[in-house]
Parts: sequence; C-alpha cells; structure tokens
Amino acid sequence: MALTVAVFLPLVAALLCWVKPLRNIAWGVTVVCLSISFALAVVSAHQVLVNGRSIGIPGWFEADGLGALMILLVSFVCDLAAIFAGGYMHHSERSDRLWWFYCNYNLLVFALIVVPALTDPNLVWVGVELITLFAILLVGFENTPNALEAAWKYAILTLMGAPISLLGFLMLYWAYRSAGGTGSETWQGLHAMAPLMSPNLLKLSFLLVFVGFGSKTGFVPTHTWLPDAHSQAPTPICAVLSGVKTSVPLYAVLRFLSIILASPEAKLGEWMVVLGLCSVAVAAFLLLQVRDYKRMFAYSTVEHMGIILTAAGFATQDGALGAVAQMLNHSLTKSLCFYAAGIVLLSLGTRQIRDVRGLFRVSPFAAGALLLCALAIAGAPPFPIFLSEFSILSAGLRSGHNAAVAILATLIVVAFVGIMLQVNNMIFGKSDLYSSPEAIPASCRTAVIIGAIPILLLGVFIPQPVHSLLVLAAQQLGGR
Amino acid sequence: MNSAQVPLAIGFNALIAGLILISAFAMVATRQVQGVLRFFILQSALLATSSFLIGYSRHSIHLLALGVITVAAKVIAIPWVLKRTLPGEVYERREIEQVLNIPSSLLLALLLAIAAEFIVAPIAMASSDPVVRVNLPIGLAGVLIGAYSLIARREALPQLVGILAMENGAFFAGIAIAPDLPLIAELAVAIDVILIAVVIGVLTRDIKLTIGTTEPSALTELREEPQPWR
Repeated sequence: MALTVAVFLPLVAALLCWVKPLRNIAWGVTVVCLSISFALAVVSAHQVLVNGRSIGIPGWFEADGLGALMILLVSFVCDLAAIFAGGYMHHSERSDRLWWFYCNYNLLVFALIVVPALTDPNLVWVGVELITLFAILLVGFENTPNALEAAWKYAILTLMGAPISLLGFLMLYWAYRSAGGTGSETWQGLHAMAPLMSPNLLKLSFLLVFVGFGSKTGFVPTHTWLPDAHSQAPTPICAVLSGVKTSVPLYAVLRFLSIILASPEAKLGEWMVVLGLCSVAVAAFLLLQVRDYKRMFAYSTVEHMGIILTAAGFATQDGALGAVAQMLNHSLTKSLCFYAAGIVLLSLGTRQIRDVRGLFRVSPFAAGALLLCALAIAGAPPFPIFLSEFSILSAGLRSGHNAAVAILATLIVVAFVGIMLQVNNMIFGKSDLYSSPEAIPASCRTAVIIGAIPILLLGVFIPQPVHSLLVLAAQQLGGR
Repeated sequence: MNSAQVPLAIGFNALIAGLILISAFAMVATRQVQGVLRFFILQSALLATSSFLIGYSRHSIHLLALGVITVAAKVIAIPWVLKRTLPGEVYERREIEQVLNIPSSLLLALLLAIAAEFIVAPIAMASSDPVVRVNLPIGLAGVLIGAYSLIARREALPQLVGILAMENGAFFAGIAIAPDLPLIAELAVAIDVILIAVVIGVLTRDIKLTIGTTEPSALTELREEPQPWR
C-alpha cells in the first residue's frame, strides 16, 4: 500500500499543480507531496527489510531490495531538488510559467519512481521512455537558443535509443516464450528461466537494450547530449537528471545484465568492463579541459556511470555490492554538486570556470558547499564515494580483473585531478572582480544543508538498515 | 483453420514486408517534408494491415487489437497532433541540403538492409515460423534505416518521422516475435508514441518562435571547444 501511494502521489501532485486555483502555490504542493512520497518510500524500504518484498498492487507494482533502494533514492533526490527549485526558479526569465514547470516536474518524478516499482520489463521500457519525454521540455524550459539546442540534441539522441531498446525487449519476450515461460513476464520469472533461453537471442536482445538505454544513461559514445543538457537546463532539473535520471535506465540495464549472468552460456561481463572503462576514460580526460563548471559535473556523471557498469561487469557479489553502493553515493553526491553549482551560478551569473575567482571571499557559503561536494564527488577519503570506489577496486582484484583495476584506478586519479584543479581555480585567488553578488535564497541553503547530511554521515558510518538494503539490492544483481 | 488460407496470408504478409521496406527507402529519398509524413502514414497503414492479416489467419485477438491501436495512434492521432502543434509552413518546406546526397543515402540504406538480414540470420533461421523469417530482418532494417534518416536529416519534422519509422520497424518485428504481448503494454507504447509527437511538436514550435527556423541542426553553439587556458 505504501508503495502504491508513494508511486502515484507525484502524479496527483502534477494534477494539483495544473488546477487553476492551486497554480500560485504549485511549489508548496510539490514539496508536500514529494516529502510524503519520500516518507512512504522509507516505509516500503522497511517492509523490504522485514519481508524481503514490498507489494503495492500484486503483479504490477512490487519492490525488492534493488527496487526499494532506487525508489528511496529517486524520491529523496527529487524532493530535495523541489525544495531547491523554490528559491532558484524565481530568478528564471519565465517565472510566470512556474506552475507549468512544477506540473511537468511532477510528471518526471512519477516516471522516475514508477520504473523501479514495475515488475513487467515491457512496462519498464514504457516508463523509461516517459522519463525521457517529460525531461525534454524541462531541459528547454528557459527557451533561450542554447537551452532549445540542448533540448533538441537530448531529444533526438535519447529518443533514437527508444525503438532500438523496444526491439530488444520484444526479443527478450520472444526468448521467454520460446523457453516455455507462461503467464506474464516479470524480472523474477526471467531470472528463473534464463538458463533455458537461447543464449544468442538473449545476447542480441541485451545488446539492443544496452545501446538504447545506454544513450539515456550517457555511456560513451552516446554521451554527447549529457553535458549540453546539464549546462543549459535549470539547476534543479540538472540535479534530477544527473543524480537519478541517468541511474534509472542503468538500473534496467543492470537488471537485464543479471539475467544474462544467470544464463550459463551468454557471458557478457567482460564486455561490460571494457565498455564501462571506455566511458570512464573519455570522461576523465574531458574533465581536464572543461570550461563550464556545470558541464564539469556532467562529465563526472559519465565517469561514475562507467564505474558502476565496470563494477557490475565483474560479475561477483562484491562487485555488485560496490555497484549499488556507488549508485547510492553518486545520486546523493551529484545532486548536491548541482545545488552548489546552482548557487554559484545564481550569485555570480556566469557558467565559465575562468570567470569565477576567489569565491571564498565573495560567498563563503557557496565556496564551502562547492569545495565539500567537489571533494566528495572526486572520491576524497572521508566521503562515501571513496568507500564505494575502494570496494569496487578490491572486488575487481578478487575476481582477477587486475588490468581493469589498474586502468580504473589511474582514470579515477585523473578525474580527481581534473575536478580539483578546476574547483581550486574557482575557490581561491583574488576576489576583486565582483561588486555585489546576489543573495542566496533560503530554500537553496536548506537544500544544500539537508543534502550534505547523508554525505557527511555515510562516509564514516553506514547505518545497519542502509547496509542491509544494499546487500539485498546486490543479491538481485546476481553474480557469484 | 483453413489450410489454403495460411500460405496465402503469409504470402501477403511477405508482400507487405517488401512494401514496408520500400516505404522506408521512399522516406530517405523524399525531399518534401509533407511527402515524408505521407510515406510514414502509408507505412503505418501497411504495418496495421500486416497485423490484421496475421491476426486473422492465426485467430489472435491480440494482433487484431494491435492493428486497431496502430491505425488509431499512427494513422489518425499523430498526423492530427502534428497539424495542431506545428505551424503550417513546416509542411511546405523542402530540404535542399542533407548530410549526404540522396543517391548515396539510398545506397547506404540498401547496405543497412543487407546488414540487418545478416545480423538476425542465425536467430531468424533457427525459427520454424515463416513469419519470423520475413518480419525480423525487415523490422530490424526498418529500425536501422530510420536511425540513418534521423542522422542525415536536418529539418525537425523528418527527424521526428525517422524516430516514428524506427518504432514501426520494431513493431513489424514484434508482430512475429511477440504476438501475445499484454495489451496494456501495447496501449502504453501507443500512448508513448503519441506523446513523442506532442513533445517534439511543442519543442519544434518553440524553436521556430525563438530562432525563426525549423532546422534544429542550425543550432551549433554548444560543444567542447579546445581553447587556450586563460
């Protein structure tokens, strides 16, 4: 029950924002509904810890460990981004259309939250398409030529993936039926039937889904929409896009990968390691030469998606645990990065790294937030990403992927240097360039402070329930 | 089931498969925006016919329903949605410049069709169902040619039609390989396709209003330019 309400509340919120008398308080409606949705997601995660599953509508909406983790992440990040949007979006050129913004935003949240809860892979495809579609107009919300260009690139590249992955899912259905599967297709059922399915068919269908959903996740070479969309979209949307919108299609890919791993003949793990490393490599070197700090965080997303894919490709339980922990830490940290970037953009009005100097003296709050999250996202020691990256590297060593671990470790260091060089240039130095920076709105400050709590906490202490949920989620991903 | 009826329906299906492939080529070769849209509607009608034929000969309610959904979504709803959202002048435009000229494009499309045949050959030939052997390669060819025209086109509407034509290709394969897909999934996919038309239509209108062209490829501001550091 909690799960069903958590999933459908954003849809209700979208309708409420659309109703004329409520349009003026659309932000309030959004924040209240999404906060309730987050609370219910916590309840459903608790049910998963106790019973192993949380059941909304049997046969339609169910969550296991992985699903509950994703729902929890999506609802937390989206709720916080909505709080952040309150102060941020008032500075938009189009503040008269804010009700429309929140309406569309809630639809996006609904699509994001419904995908991990669905049991039927064909409906998961539909859900992932809805995410893409609802995000397009939000990316172009500012209606400037640059924003529209970003929206168009995003639309074409990610929608092109749609029919390709549709063909993949239809083939998966065919494989399921040919192997003698009856009744409706579910992730669990597929997992059980995997050893009986034709390995060739399974591999081709996975390849199609990987290409299609990979374009939405931002794997190289279909990552080119990502920095454009992330530099031009309103900042709360960037946080959602980077924090959870890229992880949700990846969630579907990992689910499919676990079916492949359950089939004794269709081995694709090594390929995933190679493809993941390609994404990390391209992103790490682009991080060194990037000029726009929002684009910088976007490339860092490509890097982290590659790391997660590599970890899943190790095909062991340790690798899977590292992958889900990295997913959790990336979502929490990356959304905070965009809040910090957003308040810098709001107070100084420039996106260029070279135009920002001596931020510490201009705005200590913005500089502190930026420094904190840059350290956290680059993977410095007391932060959670360091822990998950470390566990991924050691999982790789234990499964015998020594070369991959060496390359991955080098690239992580390159990316670390790239991010820290850029941020160092922004924060320190002389500050006589700006006369009067804009004040930071209270709602943005609140979002940054709330967002910083889990990051500071999870690096030094992982609460028992969170750890159990991660272990449950890793079990869904399979591996030895 | 009438024994003479089955080969006839399957023969007709093969004919339709050929026509679907030809309509995919025609979409690549057409310059007029209006013409591209007409070929897409024709292709969707062919897809629905194939679905009706196979559904009738195999007594599958699912496929008959899929045919009805295809007609409703792609032959009726999408052209109507586009008429409502897009300014009329979009339809009258001709694309003079494409990334490749049309004869080379057609040659490439042909190569893609042949490649599609080879990619699925090991899987399609393992199947005993003659419909799978026809629909799966042609469907994949439709997806690949649609993807190519998406890359080669510069106008907004032909790019959108490219996406929708890819979807048609996937469904043409789907008729053969997933004939009993749950109706809720079919319906959801149809709604999704209509939403694609709505969103791209609105975005194209915004681009037209803001920068005065319906050629989104004219927008090339955003990229990573190697500049000297400071």
